[in-house]
Amino acid sequence: MKTKPIHLAFLATGTLSIATLCASLSGCSSSEASSVPAGGITPKQFADGVHAVMMADRTVYATHVVTNLKRQDSPVKADEYWKDSENAIPLPAQAFRMGAELVDKNEKAGFNYSLRSKWPLNEQHKAKSDLEKEALEFLDANPGDSFYGEEELGGKKYFVAVYPDRAVAEACWSCHNDHPNRGEDYPDFAKDDVMGGVLVRIPIP
Amino acid sequence: MSPNLRSWLLCLALNAFIGSYFGYALMSQASVLKGNLLPGETTHGHYQIELNCNACHSPSESANSSSSIGPVMQDACIECHQSQLDLADDTHPATKFNDPTSADLLQILDAQNCLTCHQEHVPEQTRGMGLTVPQDYCWHCHQEVGDSRPSHASMSFDSCATAGCHNYHDNRALYEGHLNDHFGEPDHFASAVLPQRNLYESLATSAEAKSLTAALADGPEQKHEVGDILKDWSETKHAAAGVNCTGCHTSTEEDAAIWNDTVSLETCKTCHDRETESFLTGKHGMRLGMSMNPMTPESARLEMHAGASHRELTCSACHQDHRFDTQFAAAEACQQCHADAHSVSYQESSHAELWRQEVAGEAAAGTGVSCASCHLPRLTDGDSVWVNHDQNANLQPNESMARQVCQNCHGLEFSLSALADPTLLDTCYDRAPEVRTKSVDMAHDWFEQQRLKREARAKKRKK
Repeated sequence: MKTKPIHLAFLATGTLSIATLCASLSGCSSSEASSVPAGGITPKQFADGVHAVMMADRTVYATHVVTNLKRQDSPVKADEYWKDSENAIPLPAQAFRMGAELVDKNEKAGFNYSLRSKWPLNEQHKAKSDLEKEALEFLDANPGDSFYGEEELGGKKYFVAVYPDRAVAEACWSCHNDHPNRGEDYPDFAKDDVMGGVLVRIPIP
Repeated sequence: MSPNLRSWLLCLALNAFIGSYFGYALMSQASVLKGNLLPGETTHGHYQIELNCNACHSPSESANSSSSIGPVMQDACIECHQSQLDLADDTHPATKFNDPTSADLLQILDAQNCLTCHQEHVPEQTRGMGLTVPQDYCWHCHQEVGDSRPSHASMSFDSCATAGCHNYHDNRALYEGHLNDHFGEPDHFASAVLPQRNLYESLATSAEAKSLTAALADGPEQKHEVGDILKDWSETKHAAAGVNCTGCHTSTEEDAAIWNDTVSLETCKTCHDRETESFLTGKHGMRLGMSMNPMTPESARLEMHAGASHRELTCSACHQDHRFDTQFAAAEACQQCHADAHSVSYQESSHAELWRQEVAGEAAAGTGVSCASCHLPRLTDGDSVWVNHDQNANLQPNESMARQVCQNCHGLEFSLSALADPTLLDTCYDRAPEVRTKSVDMAHDWFEQQRLKREARAKKRKK
């Protein structure tokens, strides 16, 4: 199982970008993220900011790495089983998830993010709380809008933002539409369809 | 002296003796006296270090506790087992449950604490792999598995970890994609060969390496005359790679080179870092890893040859100095101590016959199967092939061996079936497994069903 420099570089820069944003915007502790000091930002502003970084990084990876390799007929390809494949790098969604896991391991990050969908190919991406279910229904009914709310989990309060996750590249929806894990009720996605949500969860007092 | 006073003094002396005995047992480091304090039999994975309570229990917590032995430290588990979990690409790392939506489930089964599933000193509730919770624990999180995998709907949750299906930590050989990729493989591959070790090549080709002969040995003259030391060394890869006597036998103290007759594990580590590090996490070396005396066969729970009782398990126990014969270390060294059914059966197995052919030079290197071929797997890391000296790592559970070892020579379905058969374990895999595991076929059927559906959808889209 070889480690590929190309995705490591992507993950490192992506995580650094998010960490830098954390540090510059909020100091990134949960209490600071949820309070609004003079000249500070609200949890919503923080969530909007880190989401912008996430999407920028994923777009760069999907467009300038994955698609570019494909366009060049490179032997290196994005593959779901990249760990066990020669000349393979993670799919954009996997790279996104790996970044989320690195942030999750970083105690200083003070927040977490993940993918969610009504039609998850990976069961870990299905809605896990009532608020998450509500958010996905909202995104489905209001394409283009983002969902914001608060919930209590394990005795702690969280601010939750869920942003629409759209089908932006043909490779995304064609792979999803024909994936072995798709259920019988799986919609056939097309360009700009909302395939799920990007969830940012921030602890608040 | 009155009889009463004598009785009082006798009782006082007796109590003082008992108090001193247990006081010393509590305070001493890894003393055999601590054996009296063990609350219950330790598992096979930890009994070697059971007398070093502080290896797992926090002494600093003792002051706040009614017991002198503090609680088990999660850090202690991580310190020894994290590298193994990383190597296994752990399917359920603790961080997986950091998501706050896991909070309710963690109340039921705290998957972030090793002790939730692996308690110690409770032999009456300990199952294989040191598991101390009911075997159907998967149910708590995977109740709806039948929705996405209809073939699993009628299966009971105490069968998830049936050999060849799923493991909690290590699923490298068992995930669907791997099972499907290896569907239809023959039991025996036409080309069956293990990866070739290449540490020597990587060191011997470095600019500073210079092949040495007996005439160039730089140890004290009187040492050269002991037995066949000089001849043995001059024929080794150590000499060929330029490792002279002083390379292993000297240390520096106050800017002066000091000759040592013995060679420390730290010295071996200079060139064999991954081998020594992994040795210290296995049952052979874990006592050394805890700064305890070396493990000896007399302390083992497996059957051992009586004559080997007091052999100390250091590097040279298997790698005889100064020959360092890896062929000896790979099988004969093991057979000197191990006397259990599996080890004894080895000599009669087809694996052993292949090994004898390789040793005799009648078969190519890597085609024989020694004890080390399976238990000290050759792992690839980039261009380097190194030998994992933690001989337990691919037995936790034994399906780990399929990917690291068996699949070099055998099909996956054959490998998983053989590893799942306890009778074949005793007879050292002397015949093909009669009962075949279904997981490879099940995974292939699943992917085939999905392929047919995909083709049907493609046709529909074209219309």
